[in-house]
Amino acid sequence: MIEFNDVAVRYPRSDVSALGGVTLEARRGLLTAIVGPNGSGKSTLVRALIGRIALERGTIRIDGAPAPTLGGAELARRVAVITQREDLAFPLIVSEYVALGRFPHLGIWHAAEQKDRLAIDLSIDAAGVAALRERRIDALSGGEWQRVRLARALAQGGDALVLDEPTAFLDVAHEMSVFELLHGLARSGKAVLLISHQLNLVARFADQLVLLHRGAVAAAGPPDSVMQAETLERVYEWPLVVSRDPAVGAPTLVPLRRR
Amino acid sequence: MPLTRWAVLVIALVAASLLAIAVGTVSIPISALWDALRRVGETMPIMVVWTLRIPRVTLAILVGAGLGMSGAALQGTMRNPLAEPYLLGVSGGAAVGAVIGLTLGLGAALLPLAAFAGAIVAVLAAFFVAHAAGARGDPRVLLMAGVVVGAFANAAIMVVMANAEPNTVRNALWWMMGSVGDATWRQIAILAGYVLAGGGALIVVGRQIDVLALGEDAAAGLGLDVDTAIRRVFFIASLLAAATVSAAGLVGFVGLVVPHLVRAGGARRHRELLIGSAIAGATLVVLADLLGRVLRPPSELPLGAVTALIGVPFFLAKLRRLV
Repeated sequence: MIEFNDVAVRYPRSDVSALGGVTLEARRGLLTAIVGPNGSGKSTLVRALIGRIALERGTIRIDGAPAPTLGGAELARRVAVITQREDLAFPLIVSEYVALGRFPHLGIWHAAEQKDRLAIDLSIDAAGVAALRERRIDALSGGEWQRVRLARALAQGGDALVLDEPTAFLDVAHEMSVFELLHGLARSGKAVLLISHQLNLVARFADQLVLLHRGAVAAAGPPDSVMQAETLERVYEWPLVVSRDPAVGAPTLVPLRRR
Repeated sequence: MPLTRWAVLVIALVAASLLAIAVGTVSIPISALWDALRRVGETMPIMVVWTLRIPRVTLAILVGAGLGMSGAALQGTMRNPLAEPYLLGVSGGAAVGAVIGLTLGLGAALLPLAAFAGAIVAVLAAFFVAHAAGARGDPRVLLMAGVVVGAFANAAIMVVMANAEPNTVRNALWWMMGSVGDATWRQIAILAGYVLAGGGALIVVGRQIDVLALGEDAAAGLGLDVDTAIRRVFFIASLLAAATVSAAGLVGFVGLVVPHLVRAGGARRHRELLIGSAIAGATLVVLADLLGRVLRPPSELPLGAVTALIGVPFFLAKLRRLV
């Protein structure tokens, strides 16, 4: 389980806090989604989690233990993070790339053992990229690349998965398949924390929604309680309606033309 | 990388070394070469082979191995296909350090440390310039910063030269052009120590360079202490480059060209890339030195000039792809 408790972050040379005391949790077995406008602090949460930016206040706990006390490798063994952008300066083969997910276990001294190879094989299968094993990363399509990144995160072997906009630039089919995969991973017992702009998809797949607004939680809870037109309109500063999708039964946001 | 390609790399190095030992102002036929290597037969070929050619080729191997590994490590860590000690100004800084160390009368064992101090100052200066330009992450900006620092280093050497005795001037000039011509066994032993220790250390942290090559945030997500790891690689790669500079002067572009060739050969993870770059770098410098000796006899072209003539077109091709 990942818990953010009153987490506040301010970037150097900035007057305003990027996060002004955010409290949320991602539990095992659940798909928790963080949504919110651009600049609301979503990615900052991820950077704070992996220790790329210091906390001004608050704590981040993994399974009850404060993240800084775990150390980088132990944190990475428990929580796999897929950051928003990642472009390889020098392309690897897919299997080599996925194998890097074992780095938190191997460090620089240990040789890969049977259990490492097994973890790599299983995660390649789970992400559905077995056919791409020998392909070069720079020869993958956007959808394939996101799945390969997911395979690397799964190879880390932790119980928690954090993803920052894993479906950006994907078409409908690829986007759906990633969401299905994440949903399945959550149901298999992992804590999945997903940052996404796809409110309507998130409303269908997530168990919990957290709506961020200017570095603070504007609303949190099951999709039905967060997907309220009044709240969303205020946060996104755009006229919209929320209806119930007749085909799937989930709350659906429809942005309106400016009046 | 497949085993056959490793074999090709090793055979190329052995062949280049034998060729470089045999060919020169005095060429030694293959039959006589074997005798001379075993120290049997005529005295003259034995003299030439053991006192001139073998030290020279050995030094070239060490210089090439050091520069190749330094370039491979810097490229991976900076995620920059144009990174290499010469273009980043590391070598220039090292040359200034070495020239200053020389005027202070430092011995051969300590000279690499003076060069190293110069190299570190140059790296910090290049980062400072790139940072001031507000684009530390842009490969081209850091490169420009490195070129500027390198030019400054050249100017600094000129200033030192302007007031120096003729002997020092000759030494400084030698540093700026690069050469493995005056190789001594003592020099070779010292450089071998630095190359083995530095190269070995880089190979040990090779997996960290694999992770760093994914980008800083991704590397942090895999549990790496990113800032410490980057500093460590820079420190070792600079030390390696500085040691080659204090032994052979400024030899550019080896660290740029070699890792790309080895990557094209199929080495993608940094442990194998570093080892491959050491072998290929050694081959390149041995051949470049040989070319410098045979192109316009009896005068020798400076080693640094030959590697630049090979490296600049390569650099332009890479730059074109990047822009």
